[in-house]
Amino acid sequence: MSEAQLKNLEEIFEQRIANDEKIEPKDWMPEKYRKTHIRQISQHAHSEIVGMLPEGNWITRAPSLRRKVALLAKVQDEAGHGLYLYSACETLGISREELYEQLHSGKAKYSSIFNYPTVSWADMGAVGWLVDGAAIINQVPLCNTSYGPYARAMIRVCKEESFHQRQGFEIMMKLCNGAPEQKEMAQDALNRWWWPSLMMLGPTDAESVHTEQSMKWKLKRKTNDELRQQFIDQTVPQADILGLTIPDPDLKWNEETGHYDFGEIDWDEFWQVVKGHGPCNKERMNARVGAWEEGTWVRDAAMSYAEKKKVRKISKAV
Amino acid sequence: MEKNWPLWEIFVRSKNGLEHRHFGSLHAADAEMALENARDVYTRRSEGVSIWVVESKDITASNPENNGELFEPAHDKVYRHPTFYTLPDEIKHM
Ligand SMILES: [Fe+2]
Ligand SMILES: [Fe+2]
Repeated sequence: MSEAQLKNLEEIFEQRIANDEKIEPKDWMPEKYRKTHIRQISQHAHSEIVGMLPEGNWITRAPSLRRKVALLAKVQDEAGHGLYLYSACETLGISREELYEQLHSGKAKYSSIFNYPTVSWADMGAVGWLVDGAAIINQVPLCNTSYGPYARAMIRVCKEESFHQRQGFEIMMKLCNGAPEQKEMAQDALNRWWWPSLMMLGPTDAESVHTEQSMKWKLKRKTNDELRQQFIDQTVPQADILGLTIPDPDLKWNEETGHYDFGEIDWDEFWQVVKGHGPCNKERMNARVGAWEEGTWVRDAAMSYAEKKKVRKISKAV
Repeated sequence: MEKNWPLWEIFVRSKNGLEHRHFGSLHAADAEMALENARDVYTRRSEGVSIWVVESKDITASNPENNGELFEPAHDKVYRHPTFYTLPDEIKHM
Protein backbone atom coordinates (compact mmCIF):
# COMPACT_ATOMS: atom_id res chain seq x y z
CA MET A 1 0.00 0.00 0.00
CA SER A 2 1.38 3.41 -0.95
CA GLU A 3 1.62 6.18 1.61
CA ALA A 4 -1.10 8.19 -0.13
CA GLN A 5 -3.47 5.20 -0.12
CA LEU A 6 -2.84 4.62 3.56
CA LYS A 7 -3.48 8.25 4.33
CA ASN A 8 -6.72 8.09 2.41
CA LEU A 9 -7.85 4.97 4.31
CA GLU A 10 -7.00 6.65 7.59
CA GLU A 11 -9.03 9.70 6.69
CA ILE A 12 -12.07 7.60 5.79
CA PHE A 13 -11.62 5.70 9.04
CA GLU A 14 -11.46 8.82 11.21
CA GLN A 15 -14.47 10.20 9.39
CA ARG A 16 -16.47 7.06 10.15
CA ILE A 17 -15.75 7.44 13.85
CA ALA A 18 -16.57 11.15 13.74
CA ASN A 19 -19.93 10.14 12.21
CA ASP A 20 -20.54 7.82 15.18
CA GLU A 21 -20.17 4.69 13.08
CA LYS A 22 -18.89 1.63 14.93
CA ILE A 23 -15.73 -0.19 13.94
CA GLU A 24 -16.09 -3.99 13.83
CA PRO A 25 -13.33 -6.62 14.06
CA LYS A 26 -12.86 -7.33 10.36
CA ASP A 27 -12.92 -3.66 9.29
CA TRP A 28 -9.71 -2.04 8.21
CA MET A 29 -8.16 -0.03 11.04
CA PRO A 30 -4.90 1.85 11.57
CA GLU A 31 -2.29 -0.21 13.43
CA LYS A 32 -2.24 2.41 16.16
CA TYR A 33 -5.96 2.02 16.72
CA ARG A 34 -5.55 -1.73 17.04
CA LYS A 35 -2.60 -1.45 19.44
CA THR A 36 -4.19 1.23 21.59
CA HIS A 37 -7.37 -0.82 21.91
CA ILE A 38 -5.52 -4.01 22.74
CA ARG A 39 -3.68 -2.10 25.46
CA GLN A 40 -6.72 -0.44 26.96
CA ILE A 41 -9.16 -3.37 26.72
CA SER A 42 -6.62 -5.84 28.10
CA GLN A 43 -5.70 -3.51 30.97
CA HIS A 44 -9.35 -3.27 31.70
CA ALA A 45 -9.80 -7.06 31.59
CA HIS A 46 -6.77 -7.62 33.83
CA SER A 47 -8.19 -5.12 36.34
CA GLU A 48 -11.45 -7.04 36.56
CA ILE A 49 -9.62 -10.32 37.12
CA VAL A 50 -7.06 -9.03 39.63
CA GLY A 51 -9.87 -7.02 41.21
CA MET A 52 -11.44 -10.28 42.40
CA LEU A 53 -8.56 -10.90 44.79
CA PRO A 54 -9.01 -8.16 47.42
CA GLU A 55 -12.71 -9.02 47.76
CA GLY A 56 -12.27 -12.76 47.44
CA ASN A 57 -10.24 -12.34 50.63
CA TRP A 58 -13.45 -11.81 52.63
CA ILE A 59 -15.92 -14.27 51.09
CA THR A 60 -15.34 -16.99 53.68
CA ARG A 61 -15.50 -14.44 56.51
CA ALA A 62 -18.58 -12.45 55.52
CA PRO A 63 -20.61 -11.68 58.65
CA SER A 64 -23.88 -13.21 57.43
CA LEU A 65 -25.22 -15.45 54.72
CA ARG A 66 -26.88 -12.44 53.06
CA ARG A 67 -23.55 -10.63 52.84
CA LYS A 68 -21.81 -13.76 51.70
CA VAL A 69 -24.08 -14.53 48.74
CA ALA A 70 -23.94 -10.88 47.68
CA LEU A 71 -20.15 -10.69 47.83
CA LEU A 72 -19.81 -14.02 46.07
CA ALA A 73 -22.16 -12.85 43.31
CA LYS A 74 -20.25 -9.59 42.98
CA VAL A 75 -16.88 -11.31 42.67
CA GLN A 76 -18.37 -13.72 40.14
CA ASP A 77 -19.60 -10.72 38.13
CA GLU A 78 -16.06 -9.33 38.08
CA ALA A 79 -14.86 -12.65 36.64
CA GLY A 80 -17.57 -12.28 34.01
CA HIS A 81 -16.45 -8.72 33.24
CA GLY A 82 -12.91 -9.95 32.76
CA LEU A 83 -14.13 -12.65 30.38
CA TYR A 84 -16.32 -10.30 28.30
CA LEU A 85 -13.38 -7.97 27.94
CA TYR A 86 -10.78 -10.62 27.15
CA SER A 87 -12.94 -11.95 24.35
CA ALA A 88 -13.57 -8.42 23.02
CA CYS A 89 -9.80 -7.93 23.04
CA GLU A 90 -9.18 -11.19 21.20
CA THR A 91 -11.25 -9.92 18.25
CA LEU A 92 -8.32 -7.55 17.60
CA GLY A 93 -6.08 -10.49 16.77
CA ILE A 94 -4.31 -11.26 20.03
CA SER A 95 -4.72 -14.63 21.75
CA ARG A 96 -5.89 -15.23 25.30
CA GLU A 97 -2.55 -16.87 26.08
CA GLU A 98 -0.64 -13.80 24.92
CA LEU A 99 -2.87 -11.61 27.07
CA TYR A 100 -2.25 -13.75 30.16
CA GLU A 101 1.43 -13.83 29.39
CA GLN A 102 1.52 -10.01 29.32
CA LEU A 103 -0.21 -9.85 32.70
CA HIS A 104 1.91 -12.54 34.32
CA SER A 105 5.21 -11.14 33.06
CA GLY A 106 4.31 -7.66 34.32
CA LYS A 107 4.32 -6.24 30.79
CA ALA A 108 0.64 -5.31 31.05
CA LYS A 109 -0.79 -3.10 33.75
CA TYR A 110 -3.97 -3.32 35.76
CA SER A 111 -5.70 -0.77 37.93
CA SER A 112 -3.36 0.27 40.75
CA ILE A 113 -6.19 0.29 43.31
CA PHE A 114 -6.16 -3.50 43.56
CA ASN A 115 -2.68 -3.39 45.03
CA TYR A 116 -4.05 -2.15 48.34
CA PRO A 117 -4.94 -4.66 51.08
CA THR A 118 -8.44 -5.35 52.40
CA VAL A 119 -7.80 -5.58 56.11
CA SER A 120 -11.30 -5.37 57.60
CA TRP A 121 -14.88 -6.22 56.67
CA ALA A 122 -15.55 -2.50 56.29
CA ASP A 123 -13.21 -2.59 53.29
CA MET A 124 -15.85 -4.62 51.44
CA GLY A 125 -18.17 -1.68 51.98
CA ALA A 126 -15.62 0.94 50.95
CA VAL A 127 -14.52 -1.00 47.87
CA GLY A 128 -18.07 -1.46 46.60
CA TRP A 129 -19.02 2.12 47.34
CA LEU A 130 -15.87 3.91 46.18
CA VAL A 131 -13.95 1.61 43.86
CA ASP A 132 -16.99 0.35 41.97
CA GLY A 133 -18.35 3.90 42.12
CA ALA A 134 -15.23 5.25 40.42
CA ALA A 135 -15.29 2.35 37.97
CA ILE A 136 -18.86 3.19 36.97
CA ILE A 137 -17.87 6.78 36.27
CA ASN A 138 -15.04 5.51 34.11
CA GLN A 139 -17.11 2.90 32.34
CA VAL A 140 -20.43 4.52 31.50
CA PRO A 141 -18.98 6.75 28.74
CA LEU A 142 -17.32 3.66 27.22
CA CYS A 143 -20.72 2.18 26.34
CA ASN A 144 -20.50 4.58 23.38
CA THR A 145 -16.93 3.94 22.39
CA SER A 146 -16.10 3.41 18.71
CA TYR A 147 -14.97 -0.22 18.80
CA GLY A 148 -18.13 -2.35 18.59
CA PRO A 149 -17.07 -5.38 20.68
CA TYR A 150 -15.72 -3.13 23.46
CA ALA A 151 -18.86 -1.00 23.52
CA ARG A 152 -21.08 -4.10 23.70
CA ALA A 153 -19.02 -5.57 26.53
CA MET A 154 -19.22 -2.29 28.42
CA ILE A 155 -23.00 -2.13 28.14
CA ARG A 156 -23.20 -5.53 29.79
CA VAL A 157 -20.65 -4.54 32.44
CA CYS A 158 -22.40 -1.29 33.31
CA LYS A 159 -25.74 -3.05 33.77
CA GLU A 160 -24.14 -5.24 36.42
CA GLU A 161 -22.10 -2.62 38.25
CA SER A 162 -24.84 -0.74 40.02
CA PHE A 163 -25.61 -3.68 42.30
CA HIS A 164 -21.92 -3.74 43.23
CA GLN A 165 -21.94 -0.17 44.39
CA ARG A 166 -25.23 -0.47 46.22
CA GLN A 167 -24.22 -3.58 48.14
CA GLY A 168 -21.04 -1.76 49.20
CA PHE A 169 -22.93 1.31 50.34
CA GLU A 170 -25.36 -0.86 52.27
CA ILE A 171 -22.45 -2.45 54.15
CA MET A 172 -21.18 1.04 55.04
CA MET A 173 -24.64 2.12 56.15
CA LYS A 174 -25.05 -0.87 58.40
CA LEU A 175 -21.67 -0.22 60.04
CA CYS A 176 -22.36 3.49 60.42
CA ASN A 177 -25.64 2.79 62.15
CA GLY A 178 -24.07 0.18 64.40
CA ALA A 179 -21.84 0.32 67.47
CA PRO A 180 -19.24 3.11 67.74
CA GLU A 181 -16.54 0.52 66.98
CA GLN A 182 -18.34 -0.41 63.79
CA LYS A 183 -18.66 3.18 62.70
CA GLU A 184 -14.96 3.58 63.42
CA MET A 185 -14.24 0.63 61.13
CA ALA A 186 -16.20 2.34 58.37
CA GLN A 187 -14.33 5.63 58.89
CA ASP A 188 -11.02 3.80 58.86
CA ALA A 189 -11.91 2.10 55.59
CA LEU A 190 -12.92 5.41 54.02
CA ASN A 191 -9.66 6.96 55.22
CA ARG A 192 -7.63 4.28 53.49
CA TRP A 193 -9.65 4.00 50.25
CA TRP A 194 -10.47 7.65 49.52
CA TRP A 195 -7.20 8.79 47.99
CA PRO A 196 -6.48 5.59 46.04
CA SER A 197 -10.01 5.87 44.61
CA LEU A 198 -9.28 9.38 43.36
CA MET A 199 -6.04 8.13 41.82
CA MET A 200 -7.94 5.34 40.14
CA LEU A 201 -9.40 7.88 37.71
CA GLY A 202 -5.92 8.32 36.25
CA PRO A 203 -3.15 10.90 36.19
CA THR A 204 -4.03 14.58 35.85
CA ASP A 205 -4.77 15.81 32.36
CA ALA A 206 -1.43 17.58 32.17
CA GLU A 207 0.35 14.23 32.70
CA SER A 208 -1.97 12.05 30.69
CA VAL A 209 -0.26 11.12 27.41
CA HIS A 210 -3.04 9.43 25.49
CA THR A 211 -5.95 11.77 26.12
CA GLU A 212 -6.19 13.60 22.80
CA GLN A 213 -6.07 10.53 20.58
CA SER A 214 -8.35 8.61 22.92
CA MET A 215 -10.92 11.39 22.80
CA LYS A 216 -10.94 11.22 19.01
CA TRP A 217 -11.54 7.48 19.07
CA LYS A 218 -14.15 7.83 21.81
CA LEU A 219 -12.07 5.65 24.10
CA LYS A 220 -12.47 8.61 26.38
CA ARG A 221 -15.36 11.04 26.44
CA LYS A 222 -14.22 13.09 29.42
CA THR A 223 -10.75 13.83 30.75
CA ASN A 224 -9.41 12.20 33.93
CA ASP A 225 -9.77 15.44 35.86
CA GLU A 226 -13.39 15.86 34.76
CA LEU A 227 -14.18 12.30 35.82
CA ARG A 228 -12.45 12.80 39.15
CA GLN A 229 -14.42 15.98 39.84
CA GLN A 230 -17.64 14.16 38.97
CA PHE A 231 -16.72 11.35 41.37
CA ILE A 232 -15.95 13.75 44.22
CA ASP A 233 -19.08 15.82 43.65
CA GLN A 234 -21.33 12.79 43.80
CA THR A 235 -19.54 10.97 46.63
CA VAL A 236 -19.21 13.74 49.22
CA PRO A 237 -22.97 14.02 49.84
CA GLN A 238 -23.10 10.22 50.18
CA ALA A 239 -20.42 10.36 52.87
CA ASP A 240 -22.48 13.02 54.62
CA ILE A 241 -25.45 10.68 54.70
CA LEU A 242 -23.26 8.03 56.30
CA GLY A 243 -22.01 10.59 58.79
CA LEU A 244 -18.41 9.93 57.77
CA THR A 245 -15.64 12.46 57.21
CA ILE A 246 -13.72 12.50 53.94
CA PRO A 247 -10.04 12.50 54.89
CA ASP A 248 -9.21 15.73 53.10
CA PRO A 249 -8.92 18.94 55.15
CA ASP A 250 -8.99 21.02 51.96
CA LEU A 251 -12.27 19.60 50.74
CA LYS A 252 -14.72 22.46 50.43
CA TRP A 253 -17.82 23.31 48.44
CA ASN A 254 -17.11 26.06 45.96
CA GLU A 255 -20.24 28.11 45.36
CA GLU A 256 -18.74 29.79 42.32
CA THR A 257 -17.73 26.71 40.36
CA GLY A 258 -20.54 24.54 41.68
CA HIS A 259 -18.00 21.84 42.51
CA TYR A 260 -15.99 20.69 45.49
CA ASP A 261 -12.44 21.94 45.75
CA PHE A 262 -10.10 19.26 47.03
CA GLY A 263 -6.57 18.80 48.28
CA GLU A 264 -3.40 17.74 46.53
CA ILE A 265 -3.23 14.07 45.45
CA ASP A 266 -0.01 12.25 46.30
CA TRP A 267 0.99 11.29 42.77
CA ASP A 268 4.32 9.90 43.95
CA GLU A 269 2.39 7.20 45.75
CA PHE A 270 0.36 6.53 42.61
CA TRP A 271 3.44 6.08 40.44
CA GLN A 272 5.12 3.93 43.08
CA VAL A 273 2.15 1.57 43.05
CA VAL A 274 1.95 1.57 39.24
CA LYS A 275 5.63 0.68 39.08
CA GLY A 276 5.08 -2.35 41.27
CA HIS A 277 5.88 -1.03 44.73
CA GLY A 278 2.38 -0.93 46.21
CA PRO A 279 1.57 -2.90 49.36
CA CYS A 280 0.19 -5.95 47.51
CA ASN A 281 1.61 -5.93 43.95
CA LYS A 282 3.69 -9.06 44.54
CA GLU A 283 0.93 -10.89 46.36
CA ARG A 284 -1.56 -10.20 43.57
CA MET A 285 0.78 -11.36 40.83
CA ASN A 286 1.76 -14.47 42.76
CA ALA A 287 -1.90 -15.34 43.17
CA ARG A 288 -2.59 -14.92 39.43
CA VAL A 289 0.50 -16.72 38.19
CA GLY A 290 -0.04 -19.46 40.77
CA ALA A 291 -3.63 -20.00 39.70
CA TRP A 292 -2.57 -20.22 36.05
CA GLU A 293 0.32 -22.62 36.66
CA GLU A 294 -1.45 -24.85 39.13
CA GLY A 295 -4.40 -25.03 36.75
CA THR A 296 -2.30 -26.31 33.84
CA TRP A 297 -3.01 -29.98 34.53
CA VAL A 298 -6.74 -29.28 34.71
CA ARG A 299 -6.75 -27.48 31.37
CA ASP A 300 -4.66 -30.24 29.81
CA ALA A 301 -6.87 -32.99 31.21
CA ALA A 302 -10.01 -31.28 29.91
CA MET A 303 -8.45 -30.98 26.48
CA SER A 304 -7.36 -34.65 26.39
CA TYR A 305 -10.80 -35.73 27.47
CA ALA A 306 -12.40 -33.58 24.77
CA GLU A 307 -10.12 -35.07 22.15
CA LYS A 308 -10.74 -38.61 23.32
CA LYS A 309 -14.49 -38.03 23.13
CA LYS A 310 -14.17 -36.63 19.63
CA VAL A 311 -12.17 -39.65 18.41
CA ARG A 312 -14.73 -42.00 19.96
CA LYS A 313 -17.56 -40.19 18.23
CA ILE A 314 -15.80 -40.39 14.84
CA SER A 315 -14.95 -44.10 15.19
CA LYS A 316 -18.54 -44.83 16.15
CA ALA A 317 -19.77 -43.03 13.03
CA VAL A 318 -17.53 -45.16 10.78
CA MET B 1 0.99 -31.15 26.47
CA GLU B 2 -0.06 -27.46 26.46
CA LYS B 3 -2.88 -27.29 23.97
CA ASN B 4 -5.09 -24.25 24.36
CA TRP B 5 -8.84 -24.43 24.71
CA PRO B 6 -10.52 -23.30 21.50
CA LEU B 7 -12.74 -20.24 21.20
CA TRP B 8 -16.54 -20.59 20.97
CA GLU B 9 -19.18 -18.09 19.89
CA ILE B 10 -22.21 -17.91 22.14
CA PHE B 11 -25.78 -17.27 20.98
CA VAL B 12 -28.58 -16.80 23.49
CA ARG B 13 -32.34 -16.74 23.07
CA SER B 14 -33.49 -14.33 25.75
CA LYS B 15 -37.08 -15.59 25.70
CA ASN B 16 -39.28 -17.76 23.59
CA GLY B 17 -40.55 -15.85 20.60
CA LEU B 18 -37.20 -14.13 20.07
CA GLU B 19 -34.28 -15.35 17.96
CA HIS B 20 -30.90 -16.39 19.33
CA ARG B 21 -28.58 -13.41 19.38
CA HIS B 22 -24.77 -13.29 19.48
CA PHE B 23 -23.75 -12.56 23.08
CA GLY B 24 -19.99 -12.91 22.91
CA SER B 25 -17.40 -15.66 23.04
CA LEU B 26 -15.45 -17.78 25.48
CA HIS B 27 -12.89 -20.57 25.65
CA ALA B 28 -13.79 -24.16 26.47
CA ALA B 29 -12.35 -27.61 25.85
CA ASP B 30 -15.47 -28.91 24.13
CA ALA B 31 -19.06 -28.01 23.25
CA GLU B 32 -20.46 -29.32 26.50
CA MET B 33 -18.11 -27.20 28.58
CA ALA B 34 -18.78 -24.23 26.31
CA LEU B 35 -22.49 -24.54 27.13
CA GLU B 36 -21.83 -24.76 30.86
CA ASN B 37 -19.44 -21.82 30.80
CA ALA B 38 -21.83 -19.80 28.67
CA ARG B 39 -24.51 -20.29 31.29
CA ASP B 40 -22.22 -18.84 33.95
CA VAL B 41 -20.69 -16.08 31.86
CA TYR B 42 -23.69 -14.82 29.90
CA THR B 43 -26.86 -15.76 31.78
CA ARG B 44 -26.21 -15.00 35.45
CA ARG B 45 -29.36 -12.86 35.63
CA SER B 46 -31.87 -14.94 33.66
CA GLU B 47 -30.81 -13.40 30.35
CA GLY B 48 -31.62 -16.58 28.46
CA VAL B 49 -33.80 -19.64 27.98
CA SER B 50 -31.69 -21.33 25.31
CA ILE B 51 -28.01 -21.28 24.33
CA TRP B 52 -26.22 -22.22 21.12
CA VAL B 53 -22.44 -22.62 21.02
CA VAL B 54 -20.43 -22.77 17.80
CA GLU B 55 -16.70 -23.14 17.55
CA SER B 56 -15.44 -19.82 16.19
CA LYS B 57 -13.33 -21.46 13.52
CA ASP B 58 -16.47 -22.98 11.99
CA ILE B 59 -17.97 -19.58 11.21
CA THR B 60 -17.40 -18.21 7.74
CA ALA B 61 -17.73 -14.44 7.69
CA SER B 62 -17.99 -12.06 4.77
CA ASN B 63 -15.14 -9.65 4.35
CA PRO B 64 -15.94 -5.93 4.74
CA GLU B 65 -13.61 -5.29 1.80
CA ASN B 66 -16.19 -6.96 -0.41
CA ASN B 67 -19.09 -5.00 1.01
CA GLY B 68 -19.34 -3.01 -2.22
CA GLU B 69 -20.02 -5.94 -4.52
CA LEU B 70 -22.05 -7.79 -1.88
CA PHE B 71 -24.39 -5.13 -0.59
CA GLU B 72 -24.34 -2.14 -2.90
CA PRO B 73 -26.42 -3.74 -5.70
CA ALA B 74 -29.41 -3.58 -3.33
CA HIS B 75 -29.09 0.21 -3.00
CA ASP B 76 -30.53 1.02 -6.45
CA LYS B 77 -33.38 -1.48 -6.30
CA VAL B 78 -35.85 1.01 -4.96
CA TYR B 79 -38.65 -0.90 -6.64
CA ARG B 80 -38.35 -3.44 -3.84
CA HIS B 81 -39.87 -0.92 -1.45
CA PRO B 82 -43.55 0.02 -1.23
CA THR B 83 -42.81 3.74 -1.48
CA PHE B 84 -41.65 3.23 -5.09
CA TYR B 85 -45.25 2.85 -6.21
CA THR B 86 -47.41 5.95 -6.43
CA LEU B 87 -51.08 5.45 -5.81
CA PRO B 88 -53.90 7.97 -5.60
CA ASP B 89 -54.57 9.34 -2.09
CA GLU B 90 -58.10 7.93 -2.06
CA ILE B 91 -56.80 4.37 -1.96
CA LYS B 92 -57.00 3.15 1.63
CA HIS B 93 -55.53 0.09 3.35
CA MET B 94 -52.63 -0.40 0.98
FE1 LIG C 1 -16.39 -4.99 37.06
FE1 LIG D 1 -17.85 -4.14 39.99
